[in-house]
Amino acid sequence: MPATFTRNQVEIERKDPGIGGKPPYDRRPTGGGGDGENWDNQPSGRHGPRELLIRYRLGVLFALAGDLMFFVALVSAFFVRQSSGHFDVHDNFTNDWLPLAVPPILWLNTAVLLLSGLTMEVARRQLFHEIDVMEEWLGLGRPAVKRAAPWLMATLVLGLMFLGGQWIAWEQLVREGYSFISPNPSSHFFYLITGIHGLHLVFGIFALMGALVGMFTLKRVELRQVAVDSVAWYWHTMGVFWIFLFVLLVFFQ
Amino acid sequence: MKRIFARIFTTNHRTLGIFYLYLALAAVAVGTMLSLLMRFHRVWPDAVIPFFGIMKPEDYLALVTMHGTLMIFFVLTTAPQSGFANLVLPEQIGARGMAFPRINAAAFWLTVVAFLVLISAAHISSGGAPISGWTNYPPLSALPGAGPGQGLGMDLWLVSIGIFCIAAWLSAVNMLATILGERRAGMTWTRLPMTVWAWLVASILTLLAFAVLLAAVVLLFSDRHFGSSFFIPMGDMIDGRVVGHGDGSPLLWLHLFWFFGHPEVYIAVLPGMGLATSLFANFTRRRVAGYRMMAGMLVAIGLLGLAVWGHHMFVSGMNPYAGTAFAMITMAIAVPSTVEVIGWLATLWGGGLRLQAPMLFALGFLSFFIVGGLTGPLLAEPALDAYLHNTFFVVAHFHLIMAMAGVFSVFAGIYYWFPLMTGRLMNETLGKLHFWVSLITAYGTFLPMHFAGLAGEPRHYDRLAGPVTSFPSLIPVERAITYSALLLAAAQFIFLWNVFASARRGRIAEANPWQATTLEWADAEGPMRIERGPYEYELPSSGKGFHPQWESATKEE
Repeated sequence: MPATFTRNQVEIERKDPGIGGKPPYDRRPTGGGGDGENWDNQPSGRHGPRELLIRYRLGVLFALAGDLMFFVALVSAFFVRQSSGHFDVHDNFTNDWLPLAVPPILWLNTAVLLLSGLTMEVARRQLFHEIDVMEEWLGLGRPAVKRAAPWLMATLVLGLMFLGGQWIAWEQLVREGYSFISPNPSSHFFYLITGIHGLHLVFGIFALMGALVGMFTLKRVELRQVAVDSVAWYWHTMGVFWIFLFVLLVFFQ
Repeated sequence: MKRIFARIFTTNHRTLGIFYLYLALAAVAVGTMLSLLMRFHRVWPDAVIPFFGIMKPEDYLALVTMHGTLMIFFVLTTAPQSGFANLVLPEQIGARGMAFPRINAAAFWLTVVAFLVLISAAHISSGGAPISGWTNYPPLSALPGAGPGQGLGMDLWLVSIGIFCIAAWLSAVNMLATILGERRAGMTWTRLPMTVWAWLVASILTLLAFAVLLAAVVLLFSDRHFGSSFFIPMGDMIDGRVVGHGDGSPLLWLHLFWFFGHPEVYIAVLPGMGLATSLFANFTRRRVAGYRMMAGMLVAIGLLGLAVWGHHMFVSGMNPYAGTAFAMITMAIAVPSTVEVIGWLATLWGGGLRLQAPMLFALGFLSFFIVGGLTGPLLAEPALDAYLHNTFFVVAHFHLIMAMAGVFSVFAGIYYWFPLMTGRLMNETLGKLHFWVSLITAYGTFLPMHFAGLAGEPRHYDRLAGPVTSFPSLIPVERAITYSALLLAAAQFIFLWNVFASARRGRIAEANPWQATTLEWADAEGPMRIERGPYEYELPSSGKGFHPQWESATKEE
C-alpha cells in the first residue's frame, strides 16, 4: 500500500505529521519500534510502504545538497570578483566592476516562479490523500491523477513563463549594451547565474513533463507519488535558490 | 548481442565494482608509465627515448599534468571509494542492493567517458597534453596561447574533469542514499563496519567538493571561450603582448580548486583508513579499540578537511592572517589523525597478529600514514612552507601520505576481497614478496625526496643537469630515486601475475576464508535483523572464537 495520511480527528489530536510526514509509530504499517528513538536500538532501513518514497527523497536531498554547493561556489566567486582589482599608475586601487541594474521584468518573473511553487505544492498534496488512494485501490478510477494533473500543467505553464521572462530580460540587457561579451564582470555573472539557474529550470520542466506522463502511464500509485514528490522538491529548491540569487543580483551589486 | 549489451551495461553493483578496479588499473598503468618517463628524464635528460624523442621542457610539464590527473582522479578517487564500495557496501550493511543501481551504473560509464576524453587530450590536440599541472592554475590555464597543449588539450582536460565531477556527484548521491536508507533492520550506526563509516564521510566530501570544482571548471571554460575574466588578471602578458582584460583573480581559482583539492585527499585516503581498521581487527582477532571514537574521528577528519584548503596557498600571495588561521586548523587535523593511529596501535598491541598479505598491506598503509603524516604539520607551518612549498619535500609528503598509503590500502583491499570477486585466494608467497619489495622500494623512492627538497631542489622543473648544474650533489640521490622507482614499478608485475594467475588457478576459497565478522562474507541471506556489532572477535586464548554479524545474538549460550 502506498504512503498516505488520514486527516482524521484522532490523528490530528495525537500529532499532526504534516503533509507526507512520518506517521506516528503505532500507525506505521511495519509495526514500528514504538519504544522511543533509541539511537542503538532503532530498526533502520525500514522496508515498509514508504520505502520508495524515502529512498527517492534521500536521493533528491543529496543531489540538491551538491547543487547547493555549486551555487555557493558561484556566489562566492561573485563576491571575490567584485572586490578584486589592481593598482593603476598612480597607485590607486581600481576595479572594473560596474554595478548592473537588473531589468525590472525580473520582479515579475520572481512572482511567477513563486506562484508556480504554490501550484506545484498543491499538485503534490493531491497524491497523498488516503481517500483517493483507497478509491483507486477499490478500482474506482484514478481520482488523485484527475485532481493533480491540472495543477501540474499550471506549474509547467508558469515555469515556461518564467523562462520566457528570463529570455526577455536577457534581450533587454543586450539592447542596453550589456551582452555577455561586454567587458563588465557583473554582466558576466548576471548571465552565468541566471543562465545556470535557467538551465536547472529547463531540467525541471523536462522532469515535470516526465511526471505528467508518468501520472497517466505509471501503474503503481507509489511510483506516481515518487515522480511528483521528487519533482516537487526539486522545483521548490530551485524557487528558493532563485530568491537568494535574485536578492544577490538586485541588492549586492 | 542483447546479452552482451546487458552484461556490459549491468547494474549489478559487484560487477561495477570490478569494472571500477579495471578502470583504475588502466589509469594506474598509464600514470606509472608517465612517472617512469619523468624519472628517466631527470637522470638522463639528453637521452633519446624510444617513441618519444628528446624530451622538451613542455613535454615534461605535460607528463606531470597527465600523471597527476590520472592518478588522483582515476586511481585514488575511483578504486578505494567507488571500486570497493560497489564491491561490498550493500552486503556490508545488509541491503538488497544499491539505492539507485541505474544512477550508479551511469556514474561508472561517465567516469569511463571522462577517462577517454582525458587520454585523447594527449593525442588529438596538436599541442599535446596540457602543461599547467593537475591543479591548472590560471592565468597559464586560462589562455590558449600560453603554451603547447594549452589550446585544445586544456579544453579537453576541462571537459574530462567536468564529466568526472558529474559522475562523482551521481555516485556520491547513490552511496549516501544507500548508506542512510537501505540498511537492514538492526544495522545501527554503531554496528556499521568502519569501512562504511569511511565511505559515508568520503561520499559527503565528494558531494560537497566536486560541486565546487565543477563550478570552477565552468568559470575557467567561460574565461577561455566567452571573453569573461574571472581568473585573468589585468595586464597579463604572453610573449610580450598584453592579453589580460579585466581584473580577474587567479587567487579565486586557487580558492575554488583547493576547496575541492584538499577534501579530495581525504576522499582518497579515508576508505583506506576504514579498511585498515577492519583488517587490524580481523587479523589480530580483537575488537576495534574505541570504536565510537574511531568512527567519530573519521567524521572529524572529514569536517576539518573542508576548512583547511588555504594551506595549499601559503606562498600564493594570500593574506598572511588567513594563512595563520588555515595553519591552526590544519594542525588541528593532527589530533583526530593521531587518535586514529593510537586506536590502530591499541588494536594491534598484544593481538595475535596473523601476518597474511592483506594484513601486511594494511600495516604498510599504517606505516605510510605515520611517516607521510608526520611531515604534514611541518608543511602546515607557513614559515617553513615558504621554503619547502615548491620543493621535492612536498612531492615526498603527498606521495607517501596519499599515493602510497592509498595504493597500499587498495592492495590490501584486493588481497582481502579477492575471494569475493573470483572465489579463489591469491597466492600468499607472491603476495608477501610483492609487499616487501613494494614497501622497500616505495620508501626508497619517496624518502630521499625529503632530503632533495630540504636541499632546495625545486619541483615542476624538467632538469637539474644541464649546461649549468646547480645541484650536482643531488644527482646521485636522483639516480637512486629513479632506480628505486623502476624497481617499484617492476614489483607490480608480481602483483599482476598473482591476480591473473590466482583468478584462474588459485586455491579455492572456503566460505569466509578470513574468519571475518562483517556481512559481505555471509554465505546465505543472513538474519532479518542484525543483532551484533561489526567486530565481535575474541582472542583465541579465550577459546570463544568470533561472532559474525549474521549470527543471531540469542544463539549465544
